[in-house]
Amino acid sequence: MIAALLLLPCLGGLAAFCLPSDRFRPLLLPVCGLGHLVLTFLVIQGGQGTPLSLAGNWIAVDPLSRLILLIVSLLFCGCSFYAVGYLRYRIAWGNRIFVSCLLIFLAAMSLAAVARHLGLLWVAVEATTVASAPLIYYNRNRFSIEATWKYLILCSVGIALAMLGILFVAYAALAGGAQVSLQFDDILRGAASYSTPWLRAGFVFLLVGFGTKAGFAPLHTWKPDAYGEAPGVVGALLAGGLTSLAFLALLRTLQIMEAAGDGAVAREAFLAMGLVSLGFAAVFVIRQPDFKRLLAYSSVEHMGILAIGVAIGGVATFGAMLHLMNNALTKGVLFLSAGNIHRRFASKRVGEVQGAITLVPVSASLFLLGFLAITGSPPFAPFISEFTILRGIFNGGHYLTGGLFLFFLAVIFIGMGSTVLSVVFGTPTERKGDPDYRETMVTTGTPLVLLLIILFLGIYLPEPARKLFAEAADLLEVRP
Amino acid sequence: MDNYNPANLLLLLVILFNFFLLGSSRLNACIRSVAIQGGILSLLPLFLHGFSGHSLILAGGAFLLKGLAIPFLLLRAIRQVHIRREMEPLLGYVPTLLLGTLATGFLMLITRRKAITQALGYLIFENGVFIFGMLLAEAMPLMVEAGVLLDLLVAVFVMGIVMHQINREFSTMNTDQLSSLRE
Repeated sequence: MIAALLLLPCLGGLAAFCLPSDRFRPLLLPVCGLGHLVLTFLVIQGGQGTPLSLAGNWIAVDPLSRLILLIVSLLFCGCSFYAVGYLRYRIAWGNRIFVSCLLIFLAAMSLAAVARHLGLLWVAVEATTVASAPLIYYNRNRFSIEATWKYLILCSVGIALAMLGILFVAYAALAGGAQVSLQFDDILRGAASYSTPWLRAGFVFLLVGFGTKAGFAPLHTWKPDAYGEAPGVVGALLAGGLTSLAFLALLRTLQIMEAAGDGAVAREAFLAMGLVSLGFAAVFVIRQPDFKRLLAYSSVEHMGILAIGVAIGGVATFGAMLHLMNNALTKGVLFLSAGNIHRRFASKRVGEVQGAITLVPVSASLFLLGFLAITGSPPFAPFISEFTILRGIFNGGHYLTGGLFLFFLAVIFIGMGSTVLSVVFGTPTERKGDPDYRETMVTTGTPLVLLLIILFLGIYLPEPARKLFAEAADLLEVRP
Repeated sequence: MDNYNPANLLLLLVILFNFFLLGSSRLNACIRSVAIQGGILSLLPLFLHGFSGHSLILAGGAFLLKGLAIPFLLLRAIRQVHIRREMEPLLGYVPTLLLGTLATGFLMLITRRKAITQALGYLIFENGVFIFGMLLAEAMPLMVEAGVLLDLLVAVFVMGIVMHQINREFSTMNTDQLSSLRE
């Protein structure tokens, strides 16, 4: 089952590369997206009892992988339908590379989600960087080149640092006289006897390496450029899928540190990273003149929220798991609707885009609702998860953290609000843009469905879903 | 002296090449020395772990990719865009040489201006990680090492394409031009 899950997008990518027709090739995306979603559900169902594993325990599904797999698969499935509509406007540009890279990207993300070996995890995460670089470059102008180059160099170097961190962890085993293995279960079993200095050094490198990929401040500098210049659908996959995966890699390092009895150090580092990210986001969100870059800073903010939730522990960890899902899906709504607005106005500067609600009413309403959701307004699901994290913070007696958290969230709400409102309302600017652009079912339906899921999760959390989140959270709460 | 190991000599050579890279301004020479460095590194597993199947395959793979394929890609990239000399580093050659004993790859990344030298810096950094990984070869299964090398190759391939596009768009390879996206 897992093998099918990994092979399907690979084969899809290959087929996309071989298929000669630009018109029919994008249809492979929803086929693979739906297939992947079905397989994901099967894996999640089958995995409830015995853990599924493959290739000598290098690949296995635990509750955390189930959660991340579901997030990635849901988001990709949505984006795949949107991409068909998007590529129809761009038929003259060709899409062989774009479609193949999207599918390879999905394969790499799935592999990273189920990897049970640190080396394999590294290979998969680096593969996501390489597969997504051509996607960012799709618009082929000087800005997208710059964004691609920065993304490629920063993430590759960050990931190389993570490799060093992985080797340090192996060295910690050697120095501590434990069995040297990078298989995750072996590490968790032996971690108690690992040499502490080497393990801590390894943790720092892993935090910086995968933190670059997740986009914690101050390692986030590739994010605004890449999200700003990439097509909306790619932005959605990076902000919802890729960052969730990088966060998964960070959770794995946290698990190792917990197993070694050194979890407190790791949690402190997560807390500091989270607060710094919130602070950076709050500063850069205010008066942000570019609404796609705005979303990038929102992504930095939410990585910060996740890190804080995990760092506090207890009920906040459950909140963070819930927030992983909510953040990813809401980012999907925002990026896809922002992509439509961008397309209609041919600009993403606030002064040049005004009154979107009269020209592209559905996308503009979705953008507005997405904004309300991501900033934690009820009744959307991010409200529940952020509130849960906040409850955890105050229950644990971290009043200073709680105060800062609320303050930054309020500043970000106001900062984002002023930009979003001026994009959505006001008198439309008709200077340039694409007056022939019409919203279609696929380009507005996808963000609408994602928004409905967010709304539904905010009102009612079904028991299987709650169990999924709770099991994932339990995995991080195991203390020796 | 009976525990003399040629691996030490190889590591010494690698470090000497690092110095050469930091001090050189000729791109062709830089790429060649990264190639030679990669070739030398690929011998390392043989001396450290003897002639087992694992180390032979690893050495062969590393030699093919680090010593031949990647330098070929880079040389092709600079042939396409007609540049010969790097020059104009952000920090002079002598200061970087002094700092170079610490972290050659990082320094090349930060202090050089051409896209290709940044890619070279990344490669040297990766070589450093490779040396460290050699000490732990028993923890790193062959599959994973193959994956790492393959990722590296594809990354350099994509970097080469992007470099080509940078040159086409800006008529230069200087990354100073890549500064229009900022707050």
